[in-house]
Amino acid sequence: MIPSGDHALTETGLAPSGKGRVLVIGCGALAHEILALKRANGWDHLDLACLPAIWHNHPERIEPGIRAAVAQHRADYRTILVAYADCGTGGGLARLCAELDVEMIAGPHCYAFFDGLDAFAARAGDELTAFYLTDFLARQFDAFVWRPLGLDRHPELVASYFGNYDRLIHLAQTDDPALDAAARACAARLGLAHERRVTGYGDLARFLAPRA
Amino acid sequence: MAEDEDELILADLPDEELVPQMHDDLYDGLRDEVVEGVEILLARGWEPYRVLTEALVAGMTIVGKDFRDGILFVPEVLLAANAMKAGMGLLKPLLAETGAPKMGKMVIGTVKGDIHDIGKNLVSMMMEGAGFEVVDLGINTDVDRYLGALETEQPDILGMSALLTTTMPYMKIVIDTMAERGIRDDYIVLVGGAPLNEEFGRAIGADAYCRDAAVAVETAKAFIARKHNQAVVA
Repeated sequence: MIPSGDHALTETGLAPSGKGRVLVIGCGALAHEILALKRANGWDHLDLACLPAIWHNHPERIEPGIRAAVAQHRADYRTILVAYADCGTGGGLARLCAELDVEMIAGPHCYAFFDGLDAFAARAGDELTAFYLTDFLARQFDAFVWRPLGLDRHPELVASYFGNYDRLIHLAQTDDPALDAAARACAARLGLAHERRVTGYGDLARFLAPRA
Repeated sequence: MAEDEDELILADLPDEELVPQMHDDLYDGLRDEVVEGVEILLARGWEPYRVLTEALVAGMTIVGKDFRDGILFVPEVLLAANAMKAGMGLLKPLLAETGAPKMGKMVIGTVKGDIHDIGKNLVSMMMEGAGFEVVDLGINTDVDRYLGALETEQPDILGMSALLTTTMPYMKIVIDTMAERGIRDDYIVLVGGAPLNEEFGRAIGADAYCRDAAVAVETAKAFIARKHNQAVVA
């Protein structure tokens, strides 16, 4: 349970509880999924700190944010894991994590690691015109897509932004009819066909699993 | 009613007031008003090229500067661009008839794997507004299409655009292929897109990285002028 909710995860992130010897510093958009995996697997050794999910739209903020968070928490944990993929940093986050000697998730973005890197790459050619949402983004569509693109003020610009897309693919982490309906509504607002692909937690589960 | 009294009749404005008003309308993304302004100026005997440069390009340049300064954002720029595009739609056939200065020719496209074209379309439009002939290859352009267009169109400039960090490295594949075929130095290669920077442009062997459409126009003009000077010296 996240006491602060999606809005706080989007804007401010999540502070760690201080319990556990492994700290996951992740994107706020992954908080629900990481905590669900922790509960399901009894990974009590994991603690979670999240940076603001809205940095999805501002990748230039991710590297300084990770550097600061690692510096802040390093002394309190035996291991730090970075639950980000490249996320638009152009390799910068990988270089930073190597410098800080912390492990991050492989892949270009969460769409790819939820789907599985190999599967996502294999489909890339066929899905060039697909716009992806995760469960979190389906819930936070207005905050991440609609308002930042100015579509709340100028819905007539939908075609300018999305004219080259033909479908929205909801990469679903959970089987939730309400989220399914939300994603369908997002597709309709963008004038796109809707597809749903249940991915579960994909490579995120493997990344968080205890190492031998 | 007060609203009716305040309504601005564009046709009643003299040229020296109408053109700044068109700049304002362009800034506000008022497509119908911009089109009406173009029609009025043409009806008053303005040359199409003068309408293009003084009313549309000058107005869009203000938009571009305010975007660069963080005063305007992408939605407002898109609305302005759509208004300018509508105005240019009227002017294009007339420009073809009446002639306009020819600055040079550009082939442009969004790279393979990338379907984002807002920035590329802005560059195309502003380059056309500056007197360049633009051959737009569209989105998801692979190296064969780029090189095929260079061969058939014989442009001065190749422009490549990408929005994604995952697709921008493709620009290097295009430039390396040009080098392998011995044609790299035959063209001015300009690159742009949100995740790029000058360092990336240098690293892949482009002639210049252009941070926005206005810079692309200025950079293109500067390279073309240099090319002409070199031709004179040679």
